[in-house]
Amino acid sequence: MSRSREATGPARGLAPGPKLFLLALLAAGLMIVDQRQQHLETIRGALSVLLFPLQAVVNLPFATWHWASDATASREMLMEELNRLREDRLDLQVQVQRLAALEAENARLRAMMGASRQAADRVLVAELLAVDLDPFRHRFTVNKGTRHGVYVGQALLDANGVLGQVVRVQPLTSEAIMISDADHALPVIVNRNGLRTIAMGTGDTERLSLPFLPNSADIEEGDLLVSSGLGGTFPSGYPVATVRRVERRPGEAFAEISAEPAAALLRAREVLLVWTSRVEDDADP
Amino acid sequence: MTGHRPVMAAALASLVLALALAIVPLPAQITPLRPDWVVLALVFWCLATPSRFGLGWAFFFGLLLDTLTGALLGQHALALLLATYPVLRFRLRLRVFPMLQLTVTVTLLLVLYQFTLFWIDGVTGREMPAGAYAWPVLTGALVWPLVFRLGERALRENAREQASL
Repeated sequence: MSRSREATGPARGLAPGPKLFLLALLAAGLMIVDQRQQHLETIRGALSVLLFPLQAVVNLPFATWHWASDATASREMLMEELNRLREDRLDLQVQVQRLAALEAENARLRAMMGASRQAADRVLVAELLAVDLDPFRHRFTVNKGTRHGVYVGQALLDANGVLGQVVRVQPLTSEAIMISDADHALPVIVNRNGLRTIAMGTGDTERLSLPFLPNSADIEEGDLLVSSGLGGTFPSGYPVATVRRVERRPGEAFAEISAEPAAALLRAREVLLVWTSRVEDDADP
Repeated sequence: MTGHRPVMAAALASLVLALALAIVPLPAQITPLRPDWVVLALVFWCLATPSRFGLGWAFFFGLLLDTLTGALLGQHALALLLATYPVLRFRLRLRVFPMLQLTVTVTLLLVLYQFTLFWIDGVTGREMPAGAYAWPVLTGALVWPLVFRLGERALRENAREQASL
């Protein structure tokens, strides 16, 4: 390791001291701008495009593993799965028949009441990249970005319910926050009676908390919470969580309520990006 | 000057590997224990070839780390700058340190690095549990001797190859 030519010291023009000062100042400036404004998304976008190959390579062994386990599945297993899917499909079709009639009826009723109605949601399947962000923040990266029309604040669902929302988009990837992140809150209603409240993340993927309900609130264990769409971010009517524990404490103003997320937060590999658009009534013929 | 290019390539490869190790998914129980690979790699290369690796690289890889982990842009950059500067400043003294002493020094650098992250998280209201900052210091100190020996061996072999050419 000891070779004479290295002893000549830093080759670049600036001495380390002033250089540290300048770069630290630059870093601080970047942080301040990033915290306050959105101007740095282009820098971040450029860096993320540079890093995309790395993320793809890190993801590769996991993707290969899934691909290999699909490719080597035996014929019986595939047949079994096919049969199960056929049954599921039949089941769902029967439900959809009823849903179509209900949807039409709902649209008629809403038209009579002069209320705006929700257009059909457009969805796009995105895959989670198997890369870890911070272990204590429930964030993840998906393989769709601005090039696919993803925008900040867009809702993410999985087959069972609401998963989270997009917080940052880059050209090829985007970063999302889960509903269980301690910084996340989501407006919900109790499906049984329409009681409105807010579900907050706790930092635990198995638990959401509902801190703003009084002791007298009509809520029970087993109640389904669905997204209310009030914040304007999430589409309304998707399942969010099931109430697991209701503790009414006489001395306190609010009850302590926790709920279990409906979406498989840790197990999801494919997620749905949802575009919602409200169709105003005056746009109707 | 013939020996520079392979060393440079090895250094870049190891830094990219460190970035990959920083995001490779681990089982949930051991994720908090992930050492700060990028810091260790940078400290090593600053010790070994300071004329090539300095604050500019620390800054750049810090920005890459910020983008990868979705942190505030500049956060890891500042922390890496502060952790590599002492290495450059006291390099001649550090290079004659015995292993144990060097490991203690690197531990202090890791503390400085994590403290900077913690401080910025605190100021911006994104702080995490204390374990998130403490564990990487401990595991980083444990793997440092390994990183150092590996890097030294690679450099020595490179020098031998150059000599035999």
